[in-house]
Amino acid sequence: MSEEIIKDVIVRENEDYIINMGPQHPSTHGVLRFEVCLKGETVKYLIPHIGYIHRGIEKMSEAITYQQVIHLTDRMDYLSAHINNEAVCMVVEEAMQVEVPERVKYIRTILDELNRIASHQLWWCAFGMDLGALTAFFYGLRDREQILDIFEESFGSRLLHSFNTPGGLMHDVHPNFQKRTKEFITYFRKKLPEYDQLLTGNIIFQERAKGVGYMSREKAIAYGVTGPSGRGSNLACDIRKIAPYGAYDKVQFDEILMTEGDTFARYQVRMAEMWESLKIIEQLIDNIPEGDFTAKMKPIIKLPVGEYFKRVETARGELAVYVVSDGNKSPYRVKFRSPNFSNLFVMNELAAGGKIADLVAISGSLDLVIPDIDR
Amino acid sequence: MSSKIYDFSTLTGSIDAALNSWMSPGLAVLTELVIIGLVFLIFYALLGLFLVYLERKVCAVIQNRVGPNRVGKWGLLQTIADLIKLLMKELIPIRKADHLLFILAPFIVIIASFMAMGAVPFAKGLHVLDFNIGVFYVMAVSSLGVVGILIAGWSSNSKYSLIGAMRSGAQIVSYELSVGLSLMAIVVFSGTMSLSEIIESQVNGWWIFKGHIPAFIAFIVFLIASTAEINRGPFDLAEAESELTAGFHTEYSGIKFAFFFLAEYINMFIVAALGATVFLGGWMPLHIGNWEGFNQVMDYIPSIVWFFTKTFFIIYVIMWFKWTFPRLRIDQLLTLEWKFLLPISMVNILLIAFLALMHWHF
Repeated sequence: MSEEIIKDVIVRENEDYIINMGPQHPSTHGVLRFEVCLKGETVKYLIPHIGYIHRGIEKMSEAITYQQVIHLTDRMDYLSAHINNEAVCMVVEEAMQVEVPERVKYIRTILDELNRIASHQLWWCAFGMDLGALTAFFYGLRDREQILDIFEESFGSRLLHSFNTPGGLMHDVHPNFQKRTKEFITYFRKKLPEYDQLLTGNIIFQERAKGVGYMSREKAIAYGVTGPSGRGSNLACDIRKIAPYGAYDKVQFDEILMTEGDTFARYQVRMAEMWESLKIIEQLIDNIPEGDFTAKMKPIIKLPVGEYFKRVETARGELAVYVVSDGNKSPYRVKFRSPNFSNLFVMNELAAGGKIADLVAISGSLDLVIPDIDR
Repeated sequence: MSSKIYDFSTLTGSIDAALNSWMSPGLAVLTELVIIGLVFLIFYALLGLFLVYLERKVCAVIQNRVGPNRVGKWGLLQTIADLIKLLMKELIPIRKADHLLFILAPFIVIIASFMAMGAVPFAKGLHVLDFNIGVFYVMAVSSLGVVGILIAGWSSNSKYSLIGAMRSGAQIVSYELSVGLSLMAIVVFSGTMSLSEIIESQVNGWWIFKGHIPAFIAFIVFLIASTAEINRGPFDLAEAESELTAGFHTEYSGIKFAFFFLAEYINMFIVAALGATVFLGGWMPLHIGNWEGFNQVMDYIPSIVWFFTKTFFIIYVIMWFKWTFPRLRIDQLLTLEWKFLLPISMVNILLIAFLALMHWHF
């Protein structure tokens, strides 16, 4: 730390009541630190400190092959691992001008949506915990388990599956995949209303969430807030609609937009997105075309010299991958534009002036995954 | 009519007579004090352990889980194992803490709940501290606990603890009013503050049935306010773990933490016992007016069973609150008390005074 920063900290320490939320704190969901300045219970301002789980994924990528980069992307936003994989795969496929089989597109899209549901379920669990509704956690995990079982059967791993490879998939999905996914859809359609009964309709929950952490559309654009958090502020930012990839151009689904811009709106967007994801899966699961699970790819991938850019919609927002290639088997430079990084820094604007409890609710409603911020 | 109910004072009276025949009266009183103290200490510890076990089982049922099931039959020994673990844990000394107050705080909390426990009427004749201001005494003594919480928050020299303690102070002081006023409703009906006389006044029906709607409102207000007073359920702001990690007892470890933990559960028992005594007739069996036959059948169930059934019913409701509701925010908490519960209970007590004056209750 430079001397100026130390001096600044000392000045703030003397003037205000400063508490450090994190890096070990139950509601920061990881190693994130908020330096929160309080006046009584009211938050005057907060400064997010990041970097506690910085692993240098972008720099590491410059030394390894493209196939290996995919495994690192799992470790960014680990709750939408499959979607992260897909972004890198799409960059490589575009650069190599490989046309991936239809079957791959369908399966990728189904898995994307399953991953999105699993992620939103875990968000719902954690959001309930943040607000003190401990039972929500177990309801969410109960249903998430069903998705993870499907993943486990097909990929052998539950969280970080690295199932995508440039050109297609690692191997074909398990024969049970279609059957179990359909079972899950009927199961979850029954269970999802329970979420509303437990939390959404609760008067205490609504009091805690409504009108808290208002984010205007302008603010969302200014800070680059994307994903469900941005759509809660009426910002149409769904990459699945703007630049369809995979099989998203073949399905009908609504982009959920709310105008309120508060914590409750962001909550409702995610709840509605789970229904939409079920709809998407339902349209695709019966129509998976037969064919290869991967396109023909050379064992050593060397991208032609140039710059490549692709973006996908993860469960938290827009993930953009920018690759500069100098023609070697490893990238010259990789840049990930991760959704959580942008979503985090709007925190001060939303939480200042509210209570500590609001701060927790807001950070829960932004659905932050810390390794994605630090990379 | 209530002659059928076994009176524990025959048992305690015979012990008293035996002690007096063996030793001088002064020594006999001293022995009795020691015996009662020991019995209470053991009961206190066992009850605390059982309540922790119960809470874990109840929350497991609500959360689709099994709960503790490995140590002992149905996991009954789990909490004892936990207690042994807590006893063996290191008491971490806190630098720059106010050591005297830091050590004193858990004792104040536990003494407050211990004193309140003495006034609980467990069964007919099984009542240690029975005097004419019983309700007042329980209220006064149980609110001493907040002093311990404030001291704990202040002395541990942690910012989280201090916020938790301040929250707790604001909360308990506010909700004490509603608890008091809702208890006062029944005091007005029965015309006495003595807990044993309040129970006797329910010989032909519990107050919650006899007191029309106002008594029911008072019961609901009592349930909400007392849940808040014991820092539980949706009102656990003092230790809100998603905001303040553990609130006022963040810095406590080992047995000192266990004291806070135990006192919290005993407070829950005391509040439930008080509610059961005042609103649901305490150990008094379910009597309906002058249905002699029905009342006699009910009398065959021992009074101690009646008391614990009612108490654990209220405890279950309080646990149910905790595991299904999200936590309130501090300003919402105070709004609920000062803008809703307090005016409601004030109007309610006027209504009740009117009812009692006109003798419209049964």
